[in-house]
Amino acid sequence: MSLAFELWTVVAVIAGAFFFLAGTVGLLRFPDSLTRLHALTKADNLGLGLVVLGLLPLVDSVAGGLKLLCIWLLVLLSGATASQLIARTLQRSNSPP
Amino acid sequence: MIDTLNIGLAALILGLGVWIIAARDAYAAVVGFIAYGLLLTLVWVQLHGIDVALTEAAIGGGLTGALLIGAVGRLRSTEGAARAERPGVTTRWLAAVVSAAVTGALAICVLVLPVPSPTLAPEVAANIAVTEVGNPITAVLLAFRAMDTLLEAIVLLFALIGVWSLAPDRAWGGRPGLLQQADPNGMLAYVARVLPPIGIVVGAYIFWVGADHPGGKFQGATILAAMWLLVMMAGLGDAPPVSRAWLRWLLVAGPLAFIGIGMVGAVHAGAFLAYPEGFAKPLILVIEFALMPTLTLILGLMLLGAPRRGET
Repeated sequence: MSLAFELWTVVAVIAGAFFFLAGTVGLLRFPDSLTRLHALTKADNLGLGLVVLGLLPLVDSVAGGLKLLCIWLLVLLSGATASQLIARTLQRSNSPP
Repeated sequence: MIDTLNIGLAALILGLGVWIIAARDAYAAVVGFIAYGLLLTLVWVQLHGIDVALTEAAIGGGLTGALLIGAVGRLRSTEGAARAERPGVTTRWLAAVVSAAVTGALAICVLVLPVPSPTLAPEVAANIAVTEVGNPITAVLLAFRAMDTLLEAIVLLFALIGVWSLAPDRAWGGRPGLLQQADPNGMLAYVARVLPPIGIVVGAYIFWVGADHPGGKFQGATILAAMWLLVMMAGLGDAPPVSRAWLRWLLVAGPLAFIGIGMVGAVHAGAFLAYPEGFAKPLILVIEFALMPTLTLILGLMLLGAPRRGET
């Protein structure tokens, strides 16, 4: 059973790291701000989410696990807000750089 | 494995530092500086200085970053002119040599430190039980080095007075910052309604837990100030006019309580800021509670800037 948990941790954290890598590559390579924003939110949402899910079997208390989940949810909230605000500003300035 | 990570972290910080110096655009340099603060936070975590890491993340990266972004926004109109009058080669070389000399002197100082370095840590550890405070950092900040903490709070107050002194005469006594006009049904207003309840709990928790675990009033106050600023940025609340008596009283309440308790110590315990035996923990708590609203207000008002509007 513990082997299955460890395997899950390794797989999920590696998958999360992959999304962070892909998000970073997208941030550097995509042509305009909106697509770059799209790449960035993938790293926040899926990358961090997979890392958190992967670490869940390793926590030693329920409160610790809830804190990890809260961190993910708060990052989701702040990431979604920040990208919304940036996208809104881009739309208003109406000249995608 | 951990060594590789640490070397990578150090290389990243040095590279980022060079990039910040080389960046031509002030805004890009500030963004680099914020990332630099977050990397330094990781370094403090690696050094097991969780208290310092929290402070670095909250004040070094977050608050200072926000202050600098505000400054860049205000300097934007003059940036072109400033770039046109680029200093001459001699000036730039002189600046480079002086900076390198300071870095070199610091490096030499670190390298010639005796091993093991002189420390008061064993004495602090032996006497920490007297304060009844579990977190050694809090014990040092509020018992053994209380004078430094008192002066820190007063320095922050002076900084705020410095910011306020930039107010134009017609706006003096008015509300700081510009009137925010955000969409009342927009995303920012939504977050400004959802986030503060969570942020206030987290800020109060970090403040309260500081007695026994990493945390404390500075970190907690920064989070509370951030929530206050978020509400004002979303246009859901407005800053109080700086002429309000209650505001002025709250701003001086923390340092006044600190000095008052210090005076009690001078009478009853033989030295300024000494705590009478058995009263250390309750007095430290009183000081922390008195400083908390003061620090929250000072940090928030400092980011808002000088008064720029009338009292209405």
